[in-house]
Amino acid sequence: MVRLILRRLALLVPTLLGLSVLLFAWVRALPGGPATALLGERATPEAVERINALYGFDRPIVEQYVRYLGQLVTGNFGVSTRTGRPVLEEFASRFPATVELTVLALLLAVAVAIPLGYLAARHQGRTLDHLTVVASLLGVTVPVFFLAFLLKYAFAVELGWFPSSGRQDPAMIATHPTGLYVLDGLLTREWDASWDALVHLVLPALALGSIPLAVIARITRASVIDVQSADYVRTARAKGLLPRHVRDRVVLRNALLPVSTTIGLQVGLLLSGAVLTETVFAFPGIGSFLAEAVFNLDYAVLQGFILIIAVVYALVNLLVDVSYGLIDPRIAR
Amino acid sequence: MSEAPLLSIRDLEVSFRTDAGTTTAVRGVSFDVRAGETVAVVGESGSGKSTTAAAVIGLLAGNGRVTGGQILLDGVDLAALPPTELARLRGSRIGMVPQDPMSNLNPVRLVGRQVDETLVDNEVVPAGRARARTVELLEEAGLPDAGRRARQYPHEFSGGMRQRALIAMGLAARPALLIADEPTSALDVTVQRTILDNLTELTRSLGVAVLLITHDLGLAAERAQRVVVMYGGEVVEQGPSEALLRAPQHPYTRRLLAAAPSLASRRIELAKQGVLGADAVAADLLATTAGEHGHGAAAPAGAAAGARADVAARGGVGTPLVEVEHVSKVFSLRGKGLLARSQPFTAVDDVSFVVPRGRTVAVVGESGSGKSTVARMILGLLTPSSGRIRFDGEEVASGDRVDRAAQVRFRRRVQPIFQDPYASLDPLYTIYRTIEEPLRVHRVGDAAARRDRVHALMDDVALPHDLLRRYPGELSGGQRQRVAIARALALEPELVVCDEAVSALDVVVQSQVLHLLADLQARLGLSYLFISHDLAVVRQVADEVCVMQGGRVVERGSVDDVFERPATDYTRSLLAAIPGRGLQLGAGGDAA
Repeated sequence: MVRLILRRLALLVPTLLGLSVLLFAWVRALPGGPATALLGERATPEAVERINALYGFDRPIVEQYVRYLGQLVTGNFGVSTRTGRPVLEEFASRFPATVELTVLALLLAVAVAIPLGYLAARHQGRTLDHLTVVASLLGVTVPVFFLAFLLKYAFAVELGWFPSSGRQDPAMIATHPTGLYVLDGLLTREWDASWDALVHLVLPALALGSIPLAVIARITRASVIDVQSADYVRTARAKGLLPRHVRDRVVLRNALLPVSTTIGLQVGLLLSGAVLTETVFAFPGIGSFLAEAVFNLDYAVLQGFILIIAVVYALVNLLVDVSYGLIDPRIAR
Repeated sequence: MSEAPLLSIRDLEVSFRTDAGTTTAVRGVSFDVRAGETVAVVGESGSGKSTTAAAVIGLLAGNGRVTGGQILLDGVDLAALPPTELARLRGSRIGMVPQDPMSNLNPVRLVGRQVDETLVDNEVVPAGRARARTVELLEEAGLPDAGRRARQYPHEFSGGMRQRALIAMGLAARPALLIADEPTSALDVTVQRTILDNLTELTRSLGVAVLLITHDLGLAAERAQRVVVMYGGEVVEQGPSEALLRAPQHPYTRRLLAAAPSLASRRIELAKQGVLGADAVAADLLATTAGEHGHGAAAPAGAAAGARADVAARGGVGTPLVEVEHVSKVFSLRGKGLLARSQPFTAVDDVSFVVPRGRTVAVVGESGSGKSTVARMILGLLTPSSGRIRFDGEEVASGDRVDRAAQVRFRRRVQPIFQDPYASLDPLYTIYRTIEEPLRVHRVGDAAARRDRVHALMDDVALPHDLLRRYPGELSGGQRQRVAIARALALEPELVVCDEAVSALDVVVQSQVLHLLADLQARLGLSYLFISHDLAVVRQVADEVCVMQGGRVVERGSVDDVFERPATDYTRSLLAAIPGRGLQLGAGGDAA
């Protein structure tokens, strides 16, 4: 187990190196440059040159890359050309918002998808099953941004049940020790702040969670169908186990093994989906900031954010693999 | 023993609903089980024996239903009981020991907990107080070191240990009736014997009635007071075990007895009976094969002389075809613990033997003896760690050796037949394509020639030609194994490696396939390497026997020597463990 973790962490180094090369080349292949993006179309060539010299964009690309790597080793991700603040600082201030959003989206997805998948499997071939299959197909195929707009229009604009944008009501005054607003409110006993943050999260989390929900529901359904015809389920019934114990300890416990792998894989999807969702709901997380960075050709932010997201994704999947050993005793050695 | 039966099945009918309509799997079944009595239901697969058992415990597969008759337990009709009431009787009044220990334990739950929950849910002990009783039950079922074992997972148990855990669960709530559905057919003979002894003793001392479901007549006769023989969903005969075996009334029972291989039976001697014998067998096969069959065995039999002349030309019957010399195979196993190194494991240890041309050499042993590893090395699917395997004087080229051309040539001459005819045929290939494929792969003849060859092969294995367009899923187990044989023979190999080739078949079908193999050997001069755990089968087919234990050959010799004068204790224990060994079967074991 220890060896597995060490090996996976060691593998992360070449992965990130490769990714950094790709990113470096890719952001520079985008039309235009940070200077024109900053100064506008009618900037004088001298002004553009000054900006480029300031950030070192006038040097050969290999030299730029080597310098960038040198900075990375010391934990310096560079400075945003748009805000002038260090990339790491920008990331740290926005990451909690995205964490809150993805965690809630995943919780919503799992909480709905597993019971739904289980019920569909139990009603295999009947109406409820068909409805679930159709709904999950829709969930996978409807684009996230479209669903986000739809939800925003229906529940925020028309019905007014939820706020249409942001993380927190502008009039709300609250302290934020962790940056996770819902948690902050609980810690500081500012219940209304917690509630306000939660209300702001509902629609984005629903939009973001739709695809994982659909995927997890389908995997759960297939897995339960597979497991419930297993010999050990029949034996569990034969030995007089109570029906709820057959369901929880035998069917679900075994059926959720493949589901847990799927959940881990969804984290990557959630992080990329966050870019669209956060933009639609003007939610101040890393996603919306990243989208702005693309428009502004903010090289350092693009490179830095995507690299950190890759690390987060790799760590989450490592965590899932490690925890798999805890869920399935046959794997743990 | 009380007068009123504990379980009384009256005119039971069970039907399954399928897309095609309703099929009746069991009809008009009636028999009794008295308290404390063991009754065996015997039959081949598809006879309805397991369906009858499933109906008693109320666990018919999803689309199955009791459509007639009664299942009276203590006078209460289980078939008329609402599902929740019936569920309450499971575990507490009716216990079950299932067939396959490998697939019947919850893989993600500690074995002890699986016994605990049986006790708690059947209200034998209150929640949280089950452990001591669990350990007692596991000990009682013959599990050594039960206290420690209870804290392990099923994958840490051997098959025999798992079956003991399942017996502990089946008997945990002290049911009045225990349904044992082929409780040991997945285990080695010696393990089978100790587990059955334990189960017999346990149920006798507890006064539990046992409904034993088995395909093995010898085992049924040995363990049960009464035997019920089922065929095609109906009871064809029932009565006290001994009387039934001594004087079987129904033709099916007689056929079952005749087909059951036993140690008294002799080598199937077709070679010496010559063409006439081969024809007789072919006729027998025709009689038992469903469907029409236009071409007789006369044409292939006529070719027999040619085939034997062929063998003679290659070096003659009895000269060595395969020479296995001091072969070992070492695997590396992953070690236990956090930072453990991998451990070497010697699966095959310094094994030597020879397969002579036109003869059958059997390698027998229990699971883990290394017999299948030997087979794989001879097939060139595994490379020996040391030693040499020569085929017709040339060293066998296995996967990681370079000479591809030699390997292809070798593959033409050596063909396998595997145990599971369900798994070893591609379900998406028609039978025609399955048999034709090796011809196509090795570019033998043109399309028309290949078609003629496939038709001839179907005749050889006595299968009607109209099966050629079907898929394996539409065939019976026996038919599929014949297809596997036809496929193996397509390239006219010299050696056929049969790895447990008849173990998955019912005795009657098994006997047909064994006769077919013997017939083909006589006609085509084939050599067989016969890998099996079943000594009674080996007795019927082999000329020479190697007994393997723990990777080593512990005994080697002619079949008569090994069976009549076993030289080692291990061989003696294997022979002693065969069920029904001491029984005098009415129809005689040697009626081949």
